[in-house]
Amino acid sequence: MTKKPSATADKKADDSVQSASPSSSAAINQQLGKEARVDLFRTMMRIRRFEERSLRAYQAKKIGGFLHLYIGQEAVAVGCCSLMGKHDHVITAYRDHGHAIAVGMGVNELMAELYGKATGCSKGKGGSMHYFAPDRNFWGGHGIVGGQIPLGTGLAYALKYKGLKGAAMAFMGDGAVNQGAVHEAYNLASLWQLPVVFVIENNGYSMGTSQERSSAGELAKRAEGYNMAWGVCDGHDVYDVRAVMDKFLRAAREESKPAVVEIRTYRYRGHSVADPDNTYRAKTEIEEYRRTKDPIQVFQNTLVAEGVLDDALIEKIDQAARAEADAAADFAEASPFPTPDDIQKDVYWEIDNPSERKSQGRLFFD
Amino acid sequence: MPVINYREAIRHALAEELERDANVVVLGEEVAQFNGAYKVTEGLLAKFGPKRIVDTPISEAGFIGMGVGASMLGIRPVMELMFWSFYSVAFDQILNNAANVRYMSGGLINCPIVIRGPANGGTNVGATHSHTPENILASHPGVKVVVPSTPADAKGLLKSAIRDNDPVFFLENTILYGDKGEVPEGEHLIPLGLADVKRAGTDLTIVTYGRCVLHSLAAADLLQKEHDISVEVVDLRTIRPLDIDTVLKSVAKTHRVLIVEEQKPFASVGSQLAFMIQREAFDELDAPIHRLTTIDAPAIYSPPVEAEQLPNPQRVLKAALELMA
Repeated sequence: MTKKPSATADKKADDSVQSASPSSSAAINQQLGKEARVDLFRTMMRIRRFEERSLRAYQAKKIGGFLHLYIGQEAVAVGCCSLMGKHDHVITAYRDHGHAIAVGMGVNELMAELYGKATGCSKGKGGSMHYFAPDRNFWGGHGIVGGQIPLGTGLAYALKYKGLKGAAMAFMGDGAVNQGAVHEAYNLASLWQLPVVFVIENNGYSMGTSQERSSAGELAKRAEGYNMAWGVCDGHDVYDVRAVMDKFLRAAREESKPAVVEIRTYRYRGHSVADPDNTYRAKTEIEEYRRTKDPIQVFQNTLVAEGVLDDALIEKIDQAARAEADAAADFAEASPFPTPDDIQKDVYWEIDNPSERKSQGRLFFD
Repeated sequence: MPVINYREAIRHALAEELERDANVVVLGEEVAQFNGAYKVTEGLLAKFGPKRIVDTPISEAGFIGMGVGASMLGIRPVMELMFWSFYSVAFDQILNNAANVRYMSGGLINCPIVIRGPANGGTNVGATHSHTPENILASHPGVKVVVPSTPADAKGLLKSAIRDNDPVFFLENTILYGDKGEVPEGEHLIPLGLADVKRAGTDLTIVTYGRCVLHSLAAADLLQKEHDISVEVVDLRTIRPLDIDTVLKSVAKTHRVLIVEEQKPFASVGSQLAFMIQREAFDELDAPIHRLTTIDAPAIYSPPVEAEQLPNPQRVLKAALELMA
């Protein structure tokens, strides 16, 4: 029996945790009102409680396949997505629950997707790694390491082609930086000056292989080879994520300049929860991160120091996030599975829109 | 009706669709300034400018993936692969992303992309440049696969492909680019998934597509003249969707089937056809289904021998006579 996921966000502020963000004075953070700051905190908490609940469901065998948890990385998706404007777009890899919640997808449809239910965001056809919400400018959720990066570059290409002032954020893990498709996308983005910010969420490990054992040189600095700007920020500090990303997103939107940003973060769980987590890193390393750098705890301390949060409000937000996650699990549990008749729906646009079908002949075979 | 060649027919389709829809954009290696490695896109840059006709680096995974991403936001990229053989370096983008994104999103995302280029042997360029991947492409639900044999078909099918909301893979043939034929001007649309009986006959049905249609028609002439065998040639034109009904109708008439394809035999398009014909028209068959393919080895370089490795009129004739014996 796995110990109940402890999550952080302990009720009392821990003095060992950093509490003053050097980026709090950045204009993009200064302009945040009290409610907006609380919202950032709330979204991080909602992601964590959602994922803890999904882990329990996985352990109860309610969820199949892989479950790649984002726990420990919440400030990255929340910080980046909090900067999105109308024409900004997001695409990411398979560790996508945080981004989905950060862009505003509902946790019921997300949990139901994990349960493989017809009420899931992809009707139970995508699973954990393949969340999508085009109505929220969220384009997945992609399973192959690095494979989504050319797609994100294409989102930026479309923005520029249509003359829209927006940017694409193309997220990848540190393991993706050695994939050829990523480098091809870097070249195209710089060659054609596409409005894309490539975001490397560096949690230190590509599955079980540490950065030192997999990647030569500094990850974001590879941008120099493609004549692109690059930066690094502290993924444990949502203010720093916002401050750094804001700068690059503005350059993308306003000057159509691409960039690579490495956000240093850490995941507390295995690559996926089914993987052993004791072969490549020490328990003490995880504990040290949890104790000193947990992004929710860090931001909680910051907001307490700012006078924006107090114990009562923290408790209220936490309880609401837990209740929301429990309700999502109940919703998922009560929802129907898709039926075998649904298997061949959503394959072809033409089959799903028969009155507009122009082609003839058989599209499915048996 | 104007007589133009296959390459010009494709160019006309591109130009007309570029004219019709501002979201259509042509991208690929050497398509713009160089006027196309096979001159298919000749003159399009001058006419439509660099925003619509875009030279890409030699970077198939990058630019095909970029096109897939752009198509999700409503752009309609028509992407040229200088050779379809290069699909292997963009396989993940073509067959994980383009083919699957609609399904994995529960139908929320469309991918109206066209990828086109030549896919054929017979030009002595060796095994790396002679792949015919229509079977591999068509084995992925979510995609459509077109292989035109004539200039008129090439134009009508490409225009339909560009307007299609699903990903369409359009496989041309470098040896056919210079072939001439009558091609209707302007709005000439052929629906995907509609086969064409290129020659009517009563004794034997040859089911084929692409350049093998021409070999089959040449063989059919010889079979008629020298052996008094009347051959019906069914050109599939589209592999997926597949017009099996036209095939079955022909089988019901002739009761004998020869499949001719430039595929390697193992799990070819013909394998699928043979399964379907025996499953759905078993009682109509007076002989086992026969098949002529490329001889099962990587494409040989040696020019005179490559011509023998591929289907050709003499090999078709021989296979037909084996079947009729």
